[in-house]
Amino acid sequence: MLPDPNSLYGPLDPAPDAGYENAPPRMGFFTDTSVCIGCKACEVACKEWNGVPESGLDLLGMSYDNTGALTANSWRHVAFIEQPRPAGHGAAPADVLGAPVDADAARPVDGGPQFLGMPGAQPPGRGTGVEERTDFRWLMMSDVCKHCTHAACLDVCPTGSLFRTEFGTVVVQEDICNGCGYCISACPYGVIDQRKDDGRAWKCTLCYDRLGAGMTPACAQACPTESIQYGPLDELRERAAARVATLHERGVPEARLYGHDPNDGVGGDGAFFLLLDEPEVYGLPPDPVVTTRDLPKMWKRAGLAALAMAAATVAAFVGGSS
Amino acid sequence: MTPPGPVGDRFRRFRERLAAEGGDRPPVSDDRPSTASGSTEAGGRTGRRGGRRGGGEELRVPEAEFTSYYGRPVLKGPVWKWDIAAYLFTGGLAAGSSLLAAGGQLTGRPALRRAGRVTALAAVSASAVFLIRDLGRPARFHHMLRVAKPTSPMSMGTWILTAYGPAAGVAAIAEAAGLLPRHGLLGLAGRALPPIGHAAGLLAAGTAPALATYTGVLLADTAVPSWHEAYPELPVIFAGSALASGAGVGLLAAPPAQAGPARRMAVAGAALELYGAHRVETRLGLLSEPYRLGRPGRLLRAGRLLTAGGVAGALLGRRSRVVGALSGTALLAASVLTRFGIFYGGVASARDPRYTVVPQRERVEARRAGMDLPADRAVPPAV
Repeated sequence: MLPDPNSLYGPLDPAPDAGYENAPPRMGFFTDTSVCIGCKACEVACKEWNGVPESGLDLLGMSYDNTGALTANSWRHVAFIEQPRPAGHGAAPADVLGAPVDADAARPVDGGPQFLGMPGAQPPGRGTGVEERTDFRWLMMSDVCKHCTHAACLDVCPTGSLFRTEFGTVVVQEDICNGCGYCISACPYGVIDQRKDDGRAWKCTLCYDRLGAGMTPACAQACPTESIQYGPLDELRERAAARVATLHERGVPEARLYGHDPNDGVGGDGAFFLLLDEPEVYGLPPDPVVTTRDLPKMWKRAGLAALAMAAATVAAFVGGSS
Repeated sequence: MTPPGPVGDRFRRFRERLAAEGGDRPPVSDDRPSTASGSTEAGGRTGRRGGRRGGGEELRVPEAEFTSYYGRPVLKGPVWKWDIAAYLFTGGLAAGSSLLAAGGQLTGRPALRRAGRVTALAAVSASAVFLIRDLGRPARFHHMLRVAKPTSPMSMGTWILTAYGPAAGVAAIAEAAGLLPRHGLLGLAGRALPPIGHAAGLLAAGTAPALATYTGVLLADTAVPSWHEAYPELPVIFAGSALASGAGVGLLAAPPAQAGPARRMAVAGAALELYGAHRVETRLGLLSEPYRLGRPGRLLRAGRLLTAGGVAGALLGRRSRVVGALSGTALLAASVLTRFGIFYGGVASARDPRYTVVPQRERVEARRAGMDLPADRAVPPAV
C-alpha cells in the first residue's frame, strides 16, 4: 500500500495511516480555558495516576504558576496570566458563565498583558482603597501534549520508541527509549522532555492505559469545571465550535480555538484549546509547523551537497598538475 | 527521583539571576549589547514588548515586538551536549579523510591514502564514542538498530554509520600490511590485506558523502528555528567543512609533492563552507541573528578567518612542508569552530522565545492580510 500523500503534511486520520485496521474513533482533549479556575487538580491527578515524579516544591516568583512549563515530570501544566483591563462600570452582557460583567472589560486590551506584581495574601486592591484599584483579569490554561496529527517527535524517533496508538494519540515506550533527545528538539510545542536523572524522554500518554479500559484520562476525570473535556475528536470539535459561538454571543469576542484546524501546520491537534488571547500569551507557538513537512526537500538538498562533495573530490584528484 | 533541593531554592536563583542581569534581559540570551533595556520582560513578565537592543553594527533586523509567557522559551532547547557538536566535526572529518584516502589510493599517492584511512578510523571511532556518550541511556545504543526510518535522519544516519564504520575500519587495518613479515601465515595475510583494503576504502568513500551531509538534515529536521530554516544551507556547509577538514589531514600528512589534490580539496571545501555560512548568517532575517551574536557569532567568525588563512597558506606555501602543515591545522580548527558555531547558534535560537514567536506571528499576520481579514481578535486566528 502506498503511503497517504498527506503522510507528512495536511489533513489526515493518523491511526489508519499508521496501519491500524478498524481503528476506534480518534480520541482527544478539548481544553476550554474560559472555565479553567487554575486549581491544578489536573496536574495532581496526572502525577498520581501515571506515577510521575515530583518536580520540586518551589516558587518561581512570576505568578501563581509554579510549575513553569510542561516537562518530563509535569505532563499537565496550568499556565497563569494576569492582565490589566481598562476600568469602567457600564452595563454589560455577561461573562463566560453568563453572569453580568462590565462591557469594557470584554474588549481586548491594546497594551497586552502585564505583570502586576506578585500575588499577595490579600486580593489585589484591598489594602489600597477604591481609587488605587485597577481592573485586571486572570487567564488560566491547562496545557498538555497536543498529540499532533503529524507528530514530529514520532517522525524523528530513531528507535521506534514513540508510536501512534489506535486512538490516534502518541505515546513513548519507556522500555525502548534510549534518550537520544531527537524528539525534544523536534517538538514544535516544547512538550516532550528528558528526565534528568533517568535520561529518557517522557510526556503525556493521554492515559493510554485508561483509554484501553474505556476510562477517561485522569486529568479530565479530575477537572472540576469540565475545562478539560475528553472524547472523540470529531465530537469535541463540534462542541468547541458551539462554545466559541456562545462566547461571542455573550460578549467575549476574543474567544478563539487553537489547534482545532486539520489544515494547520501539524494537521490539527488531538488536544486543542479554547483561548481568550493570542496563543503566545499562554506560551504556545502562534503557527507551529511539523518540521518533517520539509523533510523531502531537506534530503534533496543533502543529496545535492553529497554529489557536490564527490564531484569536488574527483576534480581535485584528476584536475591538477601536482 | 529528583532529590528535592531546599524549598525556595529555584526562586532564590531566579531572583539572583535577575539581579545579576539588571533585571531586563532574558535569562538565556547572552551577549546582547548591554544597552538593552526593556528588550524582554523585567522579571519575566508577560507583555507586548519592543526589543531595543542597542546600536551595535550587528543590528540589521528591525526590532520585533512580541509576546511570550513570562519570557519563557516556547520550545525545549536541544538536550544534546557538546558531544554532538564534536561529532559533527569528527563525522565530517572521517568522511573527508575517506574521500582523500580513496583519491590517494586510485591515483597512486600512498601518503594521502595512509593518512586518510588512519584518520578516518580514528574519527569514526571518536564519533561512535561521542554519539553513545550523549544518549540518555548509553547502554541502549543498539535500540537505534531496531528500525530504519526515512523520516528520522538520526535513524538514516545510524545506518549510514553502520555501513561506513566497518569499511573505514577495514581500510585502515589494511594499512598494517606493510608491518607484517613477508613469510608464513602472517605473510599471507600481508598479501591479502591490500586488495581488501582497496575494496573497503572504495566502499567507505562511497558512503562518505552521505555521512558528511546527512548531519545537515539531522539538525534541520527539528523545530529549532535557526536550524530548521537553514535547511537548504546546512548540508552545503557540512559538506564543505568535511572536505576542508579532509584536505587539512592531507596537508598535514603528505609531502608537498603529493599534496596537490589536498590543496584543491581545501579550496573547494572552503568555498562551500564560506558560501553556506554566509547564507545562513544573512538570508534568514531574524533567524540569522543567533549565528551572528554571542558565542556562536564569535565561533563562526573565527572559523571563517581560519578557513581563509588555511586556504591562503595551502595555495601560497605549496613548496613548504611547514606552511602546508600549518594550513592543514588551520583548516581542521576552522571546521571544529564552524560546527560548534552552527550547533550553538541553533541552541540559542531555541532558548529565546523571540525566534519562535516572531516569525510565526508574521506568518499568521500575512495569512490574515492575504485572506483580507481585519486583524481583529474577534476572528479566530488561522492557526
